[in-house]
Amino acid sequence: MNQKRTILALKVVLWLAALSPGAWLVAGMFRGWLGANPIEKLTHVTGMTTLVLLLVTLSVTPVRRITGWNPVIRLRRPLGLFAFSYATVHFSIWFVFDMVFNWRWMLEDVAERPYITVGFSAFLILIPLALTSTKGWIRRLGKRWTKLHRGIYVAAALGVIHFYWLVKADTRLPVLLGACLGVLLLLRVYPPRARLAARRPSPSASVRVPSKAAEVVNE
Amino acid sequence: MIIRRPPDIPSSEITPEDVYVNRRRFIKAAAMGAAGLAVGPTAIQAARADGERAQEIPARFREMKSELGEDLNSYEDVTTYNNFYEFGTDKSDPARNSGSFEPRPWTVTIGGHVGKPGDYHLEDFLAPHRMQDRVYRLRCVEAWSMVIPWYGFPLAELINRVEPTASAKYVEFKTVVRPAEMPGQRLPILDWPYIEGLRMDEAMHPLTILATGVYGLDLPNANGAPLRLVVPWKYGFKGIKSIVSIRFVEEMPMNTWQVEDSNEYGFYANVNPEVDHPRWSQARERRLPSLFKRHETQMFNGYADQVAHLYAGMDLRRWK
Repeated sequence: MNQKRTILALKVVLWLAALSPGAWLVAGMFRGWLGANPIEKLTHVTGMTTLVLLLVTLSVTPVRRITGWNPVIRLRRPLGLFAFSYATVHFSIWFVFDMVFNWRWMLEDVAERPYITVGFSAFLILIPLALTSTKGWIRRLGKRWTKLHRGIYVAAALGVIHFYWLVKADTRLPVLLGACLGVLLLLRVYPPRARLAARRPSPSASVRVPSKAAEVVNE
Repeated sequence: MIIRRPPDIPSSEITPEDVYVNRRRFIKAAAMGAAGLAVGPTAIQAARADGERAQEIPARFREMKSELGEDLNSYEDVTTYNNFYEFGTDKSDPARNSGSFEPRPWTVTIGGHVGKPGDYHLEDFLAPHRMQDRVYRLRCVEAWSMVIPWYGFPLAELINRVEPTASAKYVEFKTVVRPAEMPGQRLPILDWPYIEGLRMDEAMHPLTILATGVYGLDLPNANGAPLRLVVPWKYGFKGIKSIVSIRFVEEMPMNTWQVEDSNEYGFYANVNPEVDHPRWSQARERRLPSLFKRHETQMFNGYADQVAHLYAGMDLRRWK
């Protein structure tokens, strides 16, 4: 089916795009592109990639609503899991190289440094989301799945704040990401349904907004 | 601290940089060689990222260490990892974006409460001073640090020459403003021009130097060519770069980072593991090139025995 092939192609593009920051970093470690402070570079790039992937994940549903092309929803889980993967790497680098495996130092920083408190909280929120991303859990949780996975908004917001609070003076990127998040949140609160209905009067599945559980199972 | 006057170096003693080429450049050169490109001393010399002619690092730095026996950071690390927001806010921006910056001709203006104010061409400004190697730790407020062989002279020598009056309580420094050559200055990321200052006793201290070089070679643009301040017991942002003005004033100067956020940055900025930055701890630092942030930050960056007396009785939590 043409749809299946399109989704497959999109998934290939998604995987290549999502893996390329990681590949660049790994190559950089061996080729010496990461500069005099490679841990700083690793931390920054994995953090940025996490945030960008979270934003892209959050844009899937608005894209689906605007285009009316339901199958795009199947890209949401891999995107979310990639975001979680980069978040895990980002946290691990910090724990290994900044905290030097010291749990006490880590807990002190989480408790005393607000930007780390929010960053760590964002990561914690993503963990149950990643764990319950499977079809099995979607079925098991039903309506509660959607409620749980609203946590991605909180995680993304905390991630932007984490970024904003750690820069010394150049707040341009955190502000830009925050603005993007704001737009995406607006699109969820005020979804462009009217435009959708006007464009597709035919009785296809994309007009009737399906129930939350069904929409979710549509992966 | 290590003070050495460079001896006259016979050309037989100047060793190509490949003797202590760092791993990164070696791999690059090997890759270039494998690709059939010309690989020789010219490829592995002290390549200056700002595009200037490659130079050879004098042999005396091969075995040089700090007074505590610490290894020097490589020339490449020192000259390509910089906070110099005038050229951009990424660490690699200064080396990348300072190619069109012209550090000559250069004029330094001495002003304020001095007996001998004036505008000096850099050559005349430097003429009475002998340059020395000074191996200092540089501790950034961001909690990374390096060991750097600066090349310069004591600020005290200059101060004595210009005869400050009794009203001179502080020395204020200013960086050049050239948005045409310094892309970061086209945006108000900081309040330009960059301003820094020292209390008179800090300025007169033997550790305080004006540096014109690093590794015995002229300062690259990324490090603050042609003239910068180095105050090793303070956070690195006190080391103002590309100085055009030195003014002797009565009031404490409002240094740029204090203007940026007085909650976080003060005037004194003494390295102090007991006074945290509001947003992060200052107890440990990453001593590059180590990957781990496990180096315990020392009071006054390890220079306490020489400078602690300047701050006797001062509440260092209040006077950040």
